[in-house]
Amino acid sequence: MATTTTATTTKLWGGGKSPFNVEYGKLMMWYFLMSDAFTFGAFLISYGTIRFSTNGWPDPNEVFKSFPFAPEGMNAPLVFVSIMTFILIISSVTMVLAVHAGHNMDKKGVVKNLVWTIIGGLAFLGCQAWEWNHLHHEGAWWGSNPFLNADGTASSTNFTNYFFTITGFHGFHVFSGVIINIVMLIMTLMDKFEQRGHYLMIEKAGLYWHFVDLVWVFVFTCFYLV
Amino acid sequence: MSHTVGHEETHGGGTSEIKKVTIILSVLTIIELVLGFWMIGMESEGLRLAVKGTIIILMLAKAFYIVGYFMHLKHEIKNLIMTIVVPLALFIWFIIAFLADGNSFRNLRNTYDPYFKEQSTIKVEKKAHGGTHGAAASHADSTTHESKEAVENKH
Repeated sequence: MATTTTATTTKLWGGGKSPFNVEYGKLMMWYFLMSDAFTFGAFLISYGTIRFSTNGWPDPNEVFKSFPFAPEGMNAPLVFVSIMTFILIISSVTMVLAVHAGHNMDKKGVVKNLVWTIIGGLAFLGCQAWEWNHLHHEGAWWGSNPFLNADGTASSTNFTNYFFTITGFHGFHVFSGVIINIVMLIMTLMDKFEQRGHYLMIEKAGLYWHFVDLVWVFVFTCFYLV
Repeated sequence: MSHTVGHEETHGGGTSEIKKVTIILSVLTIIELVLGFWMIGMESEGLRLAVKGTIIILMLAKAFYIVGYFMHLKHEIKNLIMTIVVPLALFIWFIIAFLADGNSFRNLRNTYDPYFKEQSTIKVEKKAHGGTHGAAASHADSTTHESKEAVENKH
């Protein structure tokens, strides 16, 4: 190949072939997600640092123990958040199936799975809206923390500040993901990808959506489990 | 060129693999939840830490399956994997450095800041919820009331 000979003479990248064998947009999506991972990582590490520098911290099982339509004072720790987690995992699976259908140029499969992904995303956002609303009614918000530390001592507002900032930032990502998926759905229905001859755009949207799911894995563990 | 790019990723990542990864992710999540439930009311601090460590390892396993299979990174060219994963290795250092820093700050404050130490040992009456605990709070002796006010003034 001509490219290999120029490379040996100048010892510089001569271009002419795709080194990663992915298209430009997908590569840039990967780099964007990497930078986004650093943003979320910085948030979570900051949360961890503050948590390590304080003697007491509220017990998540005391804080997140409610469930919609459940009687007042019901004690159901982890139940609601596990439903949210499964909603996001399942919506991630339907997104993979949409990407897979796109590879096979199966328009109907893409549409069906994208619709399910959007429904999953909206369901997750609904759950989060309920949880935020519920916590707000209990008096939790930025700058106000009604929950005591696990050992019964007074807590600072760090707990609620970090909770609302990080889950809010994640929820905003879910919201953007839903918007992106809706745009993809409209483009699919308008036969944009059939005209292009490939569904590579769905893959990029898919990468973003899986990243949202990935971040939730970390947020879920850091705030609700550990 | 462009048509080969589109078909490159088709090897690996069939429907059977998607099913397999879905099951793995679900099982890992269920194990995490079981461990989370088990941890409620657990007395032993050492066991608690061990469970938390296990949950974090399971979390990393889930992350691996999502990135590797759902995001397809495992089937990409190795150079692409390297440009994504190698910079993220910085996190190893970030986590160790910052958490150690937080821990050291707490130790320093506990040693040299008696006010901080005192504040984190005073128990506070549970706040009244819908008036049900209001009666109990009024019976509390004056010392806890003073400390509670001091805490509230601080924030």
